[in-house]
Amino acid sequence: MHASYTKYLRMNRIPHMWCPGCGIGIIVKAMIRAFEAVDWSSDDLSLISGIGCTSRAPGYLDMHTLHTTHGRALSFATGVKFARPDKHVVVISGDGDATAIGGNHLIHACRRNIDITLIIVNNYIYGMTGGQYSPTTPVGAKAATTPWGNVDIPFNVTELAKGAGATYVARGHIASGVQLERLIRGGLNHNGFAVIEVLSNCHTQFGRRNRLADPIDLIDSISKSTVNIRQAAKMNKEELDGKNVVGLLHRDEDRMEYCEAYEQIIERAQNAQKNRGRR
Amino acid sequence: MQKVLTGNEAAAWGAMCAQAQVISAYPITPQTTIIEELANLVANGMLDARFIKVESEHSAMAGCIGAQAAGARTFTATSSQGLALMHELLHWAALGRLPVVMADVNRAMAPGWSIWTDQNDSLAQRDTGWLHYYCESNQEVLDTVIQSYKVAETVDLPVMLVLDAFFLSHTYEAVHIPSQDETAKYLPPYKPSIYLDVKDPHAFGGIVQQDVYMEFRYKMQVAMNEALEVAEKADDDFREMFGRGYGLIEPYRLDDADYVLVTSGTVASTARVTVDDLREKGHSVGMLKIRMLRPFPFEKVRQILSGRKRVAVLDRNICVGMGGIFTQEIRNAMYHIPEDKRPSIYGYIVGLGGRDVSPEVIASIAEDVQKRAVADGEQVWIGLKE
Ligand SMILES: Cc1ncc(C[n+]2csc(CCOP(=O)(O)OP(=O)(O)O)c2C)c(N)n1
Ligand code: SF4
Repeated sequence: MHASYTKYLRMNRIPHMWCPGCGIGIIVKAMIRAFEAVDWSSDDLSLISGIGCTSRAPGYLDMHTLHTTHGRALSFATGVKFARPDKHVVVISGDGDATAIGGNHLIHACRRNIDITLIIVNNYIYGMTGGQYSPTTPVGAKAATTPWGNVDIPFNVTELAKGAGATYVARGHIASGVQLERLIRGGLNHNGFAVIEVLSNCHTQFGRRNRLADPIDLIDSISKSTVNIRQAAKMNKEELDGKNVVGLLHRDEDRMEYCEAYEQIIERAQNAQKNRGRR
Repeated sequence: MQKVLTGNEAAAWGAMCAQAQVISAYPITPQTTIIEELANLVANGMLDARFIKVESEHSAMAGCIGAQAAGARTFTATSSQGLALMHELLHWAALGRLPVVMADVNRAMAPGWSIWTDQNDSLAQRDTGWLHYYCESNQEVLDTVIQSYKVAETVDLPVMLVLDAFFLSHTYEAVHIPSQDETAKYLPPYKPSIYLDVKDPHAFGGIVQQDVYMEFRYKMQVAMNEALEVAEKADDDFREMFGRGYGLIEPYRLDDADYVLVTSGTVASTARVTVDDLREKGHSVGMLKIRMLRPFPFEKVRQILSGRKRVAVLDRNICVGMGGIFTQEIRNAMYHIPEDKRPSIYGYIVGLGGRDVSPEVIASIAEDVQKRAVADGEQVWIGLKE
């Protein structure tokens, strides 16, 4: 194993519990490479997760980690960031964790634009609990709780984040680790709330029920569903139908970051107090 | 019909027999197979119900409350963190006097993430105004679901029935399943006394002032007191109709026993075997299983334990700073009997986070309670590592 990986991993916690062929490993590796590329030391990094297969990641990473409750990672992370605005806070979450039980926290974190990087591993299903449908399960897809196919319209996670006010929004996928690393790196460097959705494979729970039980087939089908944002710019609506546009989808450098805005308010209040004293 | 079912499947089939009309649930290990089985039963037409797939347990209970207020019979199931997340709405269902029925698969609370059994999740909800049953076998799970509706709908209070993670939830047993028609003879269709009816409008959840709030609570207490008799009768009627009954508490080889082991859940099964074994060796030991925790069957417990030498209560839970919760309940029940009839109560903490409560563990407790002259009020932790 490359030295940089071991630098960020708790090697005594390996082997991990993920299924062979699961995409989460690829995503964790891309995340570690991004940490190294921006030169963040483990000591300055807090990695926070909720509950799920994805959320097991912090257990394997050698940094300040909180493995919290299902859906609430962003609330814990907001607490950590507020207590230590000088530290880097990263959250890793599954699609269920981030958009079902934690959907409320997601939109409010976006709205505040707090300097946290959120990686959402979207494998279209609840992996850990055995394959129940999630808010990103496609219409018609089978899950343990939708034996005859799902009827609920799925969330478009990146549009949701953008609409709610996130200032860095990107989508990557597991068949393109290099791009993924770049997108995560961009999120880490961004001063504000960054959301990186990663399309990933859960062949064990999603694939098995949807004729894509072989991880390679599932990864292939995810990869084929994607089109790069530059290419997408040249395509019309019909051509883009059913495609997942990948790349950096939205960036707004103008909005003030939440902790900074808060500091300014404190400063204003204190100045007003001082001036009053002088009068 | 007889089928080999897991405890979770038995819970789902119980809701099927009772013809629950709206199911609203969110998955969590080890409850998941209850709702998956229900999703299947609904999908293949065996249960004519609506299944709401919600985004959290909080919404699951909200969905049940809404559907129940609209006049439907509802069912849900959860476990541990999920039950904790429902907490606010457990009060709502009870104070709203809505007879929702729910299965809780006992699982230890986090952190120290564990999916294994202990009772701290359900016991943390003890004071929300729900009735609580603790089940010992898969058959008892199915039967208790059906009985729960009968009791809940009579007293207008919600019922939680509890089964141990994995020891019951994922273990197979042969289970008798009554048909929906047979069940309907025992449990007629739900006829709410008050519901959201356009022809006769009502409001749930209004604001009340100091002048009436206390009376709301008092009425709940009265209903809970009534529930003891109602539950007893529901069990008797069930026995008459289906040949199976469980009582609210169940004494086992207690007739002449000086020493009593008090248990609940699957620990009761292990304790039966252990008691048989101890009896053979000449020990004067019996067992009392607590099936119903709320309302607490005070009188029955008092009667049965009165005049015994010592009582050992096995708690698969811990109220930190106080001790085992069943121990507190039993001590409380036994305080008001004459001193010469009052046994000493010994508390034991066992099997937290799913640690095995083997016959050896139970035998060691039986030995301790017979040997140790004074119950000093301290809990004894069994099998603790250094
Ligand atoms: C309050 C609460 N409800 C339910 C659960 C059970 N639970 C654990 S993980 C999970 C969903 C996991 O799906 P996702 O977030 O998509 O992550 P994945 O496992 O697919 O990575 C659920 C429902 C829980 N831990 N806590
Ligand atoms: S169940 Fe799915 S998400 Fe979980 S480790 Fe296996 S493949 Fe990955």
